[in-house]
Amino acid sequence: MHKKLLWILGAALAAGSVHAQDTLAKVKASGAITMGVRESSGVLSYTLGGSKYVGYHVAICEAAIEDIEKAIGRKLEVKYQPVTSQNRIPLVQNGTVDLECGSTTNNATRQKDVSFANTTFVEEVRMAVKANSGIQSVADLKGKTVATTTGTTSVQTLRKNKRAANLDFKEVFGKDHADSFLLVESGRADAFVMDGSLLAGLIARSKNPADFKIVGEVLSVEPIAIMVRKDDAALLKSINGTIARLTKSGELDKLYDKWFMQPTPPTGATVKLPMSESLKDALKNPNAKPMEDYAAK
Amino acid sequence: MTWDWQVFLQDTGAGETYLDWMLSAWGWTMSVALLSLAVALVVGSLMGILRTVPSRALVFVGNTWTELFRNVPLLVQIFLWYHVIPQIFRPLQQVPSFVLVVVALGFFTSARISEQVKAGIQSLPRGQRYAGLAVGLTLPQTYRYVLLPMAFRIVIPPLTSESMNIVKNSSVAFAVSIAELTMFAMQAQEETSRGIEVYLAVTALYFVSAFVINRAMLFIEQRVQVPGMIGVAK
Repeated sequence: MHKKLLWILGAALAAGSVHAQDTLAKVKASGAITMGVRESSGVLSYTLGGSKYVGYHVAICEAAIEDIEKAIGRKLEVKYQPVTSQNRIPLVQNGTVDLECGSTTNNATRQKDVSFANTTFVEEVRMAVKANSGIQSVADLKGKTVATTTGTTSVQTLRKNKRAANLDFKEVFGKDHADSFLLVESGRADAFVMDGSLLAGLIARSKNPADFKIVGEVLSVEPIAIMVRKDDAALLKSINGTIARLTKSGELDKLYDKWFMQPTPPTGATVKLPMSESLKDALKNPNAKPMEDYAAK
Repeated sequence: MTWDWQVFLQDTGAGETYLDWMLSAWGWTMSVALLSLAVALVVGSLMGILRTVPSRALVFVGNTWTELFRNVPLLVQIFLWYHVIPQIFRPLQQVPSFVLVVVALGFFTSARISEQVKAGIQSLPRGQRYAGLAVGLTLPQTYRYVLLPMAFRIVIPPLTSESMNIVKNSSVAFAVSIAELTMFAMQAQEETSRGIEVYLAVTALYFVSAFVINRAMLFIEQRVQVPGMIGVAK
């Protein structure tokens, strides 16, 4: 009995070590690939209910998986695994998720644990305010209350800006983006500092989109990319190849237009966020530079 | 996996280290917990007593209070206090969220304490009440000098659990923007990517806080025990 248990344990460990190796070999052997997706990350990656996941990044990943299928010469079963800000990195590291297609910022700290494909979206952190509030820039925040969401990098951005500008404002934290937006809607906060695409999405889905607007300078620029296990060169090469193909053929622009400029399911709300100069630049010169390199500019 | 405990010495970007921030978060957790506990003990005892008096109207008030706050989930109650009630009563919008959380958590726990105080009073033989009234004490005096001294001693063990629970339940305060330990954990792990270290440290602080309360209550229990009375185990 004990021997049998040991044998099973040994087999499990062996299987575990296979996970840590080359993802292409792993998916070829298992016939299945797992995509990490988000429940609600603006139009980058979100759920339509049930187990249906869509979005700009999900679409890019689906194209990448088609290319992987061609490369390894077999059809793959695509599994969708919802992830959160807290568990996405561990799940990629331990092999539960093969490629994460959410809204993960590529930064130097994370590059110690995982690898990123070339940047496919550039997020600009700005603020959403009520249209009639008169707030135009960060300087107008003096004495106001500013909301942001717990567990996001925007909190840190806000803190740094506060110190740099020597401004005095109150901070409140929503437990998720919808909650933070509610703080502005109900008047508990005057501004909501967050990724531009998320703000645009929240405004588009609100009761009265005309009541809100996105204003102020860009507080921080963050490259968003598909995340894979660390140093998986073969998989990275394949994904970057897909991104280059989509960029060259103009399909990426079409995908951007579809998710950011046209009505999106399920409500038909339109985000209306034209492609930023930083993203155009990142697509022209494909790179996987971390956020720190953007800040230096 | 490698440990990186020096993460606590990093600068958060606001001129303080994560350690400073964590200790301040611990302060918020304990402030919320202890103030809520005070509210819960006062209101809970009052409601528990009301549920045992002869007046039907007062019993009804006590029962309604207890059932109302016991049957609604804590997080929902917090949101009601924070988002819904201030929309109905506008002046409440000026009240800081810290006060709202203390009230919400205090009232939620008061329902549970009321149940325990009621049970403590009812566990006493009925003759005690009649004896008190028979020697000429008024009803309040009977409670003050005869019933409550014994009832409270009997319910110290469940009150201990409740006092420890309130420390742990205070973690819901993160939902309404109190910078307490749970919020610190969520935020710091995102900023530093060292979630395991951050959560272990926060877990230790919660454990220490609850355990100190446990020991303090045990001390009280032993100091106030009456030899030969039920409900005291030594």
